[in-house]
Amino acid sequence: MKAEFIALTAPDLMLASLLVLALIGLGSRLRLGVSQTLTIAALRTTAQLLLVGLILEAVFTQAKLPWIMLIVLVMMTVAAWEILARQKRKLRGRWGFGVSLFSLFISSFFITLLALFIIIEADPWYTPQYAIPLLGMLLGNTMNGIALGMDRLVQTAWQQRAVIEQRLMLGQKDTEAIRDIARDSMRAGMIPIINAMAAAGVVSLPGMMTGQILAGSPPVEAVKYQILIMFLVTSGTGFAVIIVLQLITRRMFDSRERLRFDRLLKEPR
Amino acid sequence: MLRLEDLQIPDLETINLTIAPGECVGLSGESGSGKTRLLRAIADMDEHGGQVYEEGIAQDQVRAHEWRRRVMLLPAESQWWLDTVGEHFIGHVEHIDVLGFEPEVMSWNISRCSSGEKQRLSILRMLANCPRVLLLDEPTANLDASNTARVEDMVRKYLTEFNAIAIWVGHDAEQLKRVSQHQYLLSDGRFIKVNPA
Repeated sequence: MKAEFIALTAPDLMLASLLVLALIGLGSRLRLGVSQTLTIAALRTTAQLLLVGLILEAVFTQAKLPWIMLIVLVMMTVAAWEILARQKRKLRGRWGFGVSLFSLFISSFFITLLALFIIIEADPWYTPQYAIPLLGMLLGNTMNGIALGMDRLVQTAWQQRAVIEQRLMLGQKDTEAIRDIARDSMRAGMIPIINAMAAAGVVSLPGMMTGQILAGSPPVEAVKYQILIMFLVTSGTGFAVIIVLQLITRRMFDSRERLRFDRLLKEPR
Repeated sequence: MLRLEDLQIPDLETINLTIAPGECVGLSGESGSGKTRLLRAIADMDEHGGQVYEEGIAQDQVRAHEWRRRVMLLPAESQWWLDTVGEHFIGHVEHIDVLGFEPEVMSWNISRCSSGEKQRLSILRMLANCPRVLLLDEPTANLDASNTARVEDMVRKYLTEFNAIAIWVGHDAEQLKRVSQHQYLLSDGRFIKVNPA
């Protein structure tokens, strides 16, 4: 059973853009100060998505591994940079980027490979129709959790540095002195995906599943894919946050269990 | 015995000092002169040069948290991270009454404690760990005269009973003479013995 897929035409999109234009007009009329950013954002999303569409179409027809790897690399680098950009306290340059990129390798790259080889069994394994959307979805969703967990750990530790040092002075191990904060950060990183799983289907219809249904897939097939994605995102986020917390904690304390923010954070200017 | 050997701290001269068991050394100096940094180096809380020995064991011979259980630093401002007083203590706490508390103090909520109460409680908390060396950073700064006397008395008794060692940082020269056998002064980066008799 495959329902008819209704392609959108340029006039269809223009009708939708009229809504945004109306909003921009009303915004500037009321001097709400959103019109300019809104215009830029709307133009950006149009240009970026059209460009990606063209690139993906080219890659899908070619299905050459080097090109796919290049796209993967670009996606991962941008996501790593995005995680760092969301940190209130900036981690030291190359080290921070390394941790961020490594966490994405765990949360997205390996999990995608696993799914492609063992679960989906696409042929060839790098079939871009599966590989790229899967990786993109994992990156987009795990990135959030990693950024939140990282930010919570560094920010809370910084605010509570006197408490951490007090606990060290009383003879606690470094891992003991940071334990409460690490636990809290793990929860902060996992809350978005836990909420998403709890609300899925009842409060919200996840985007990917909705997309598949719009494209004509039977709902039950779309749901199966959605469950797969949820599980992949959850485990990816969880493992990545655990690793990030470990790496940052190890960097935060030196071999003599001293609190060393100078090793972790950029010097304030 | 506590021995500081060629201890190097930024902006301070190299420090050599030996303290015998049961003794207390008083240390004074203007704020910013490096008193706290000296205590932190002895507790291995900051990077530093040189070596510190406690009963013949060098600082880097044992793991840092084991060192700090033996050589314990009492910071000028104590920190409390759990809800009640008692949760911050490990094991049995003796001599609660000596610092003017009832045993019920252990169920008090931290947010109810005054700064003076926290200071006295932090001394109890430290001594409950049975450290061999006490590094006291202005331990009576927030206390009135009667509580100051209680703390001095308690530390003196602890040192005698356990043959332990203390370095007492303070501003009151009279107090330092009361509590310590030797007094030193940190001034312009120099570590000076006061009144070498």
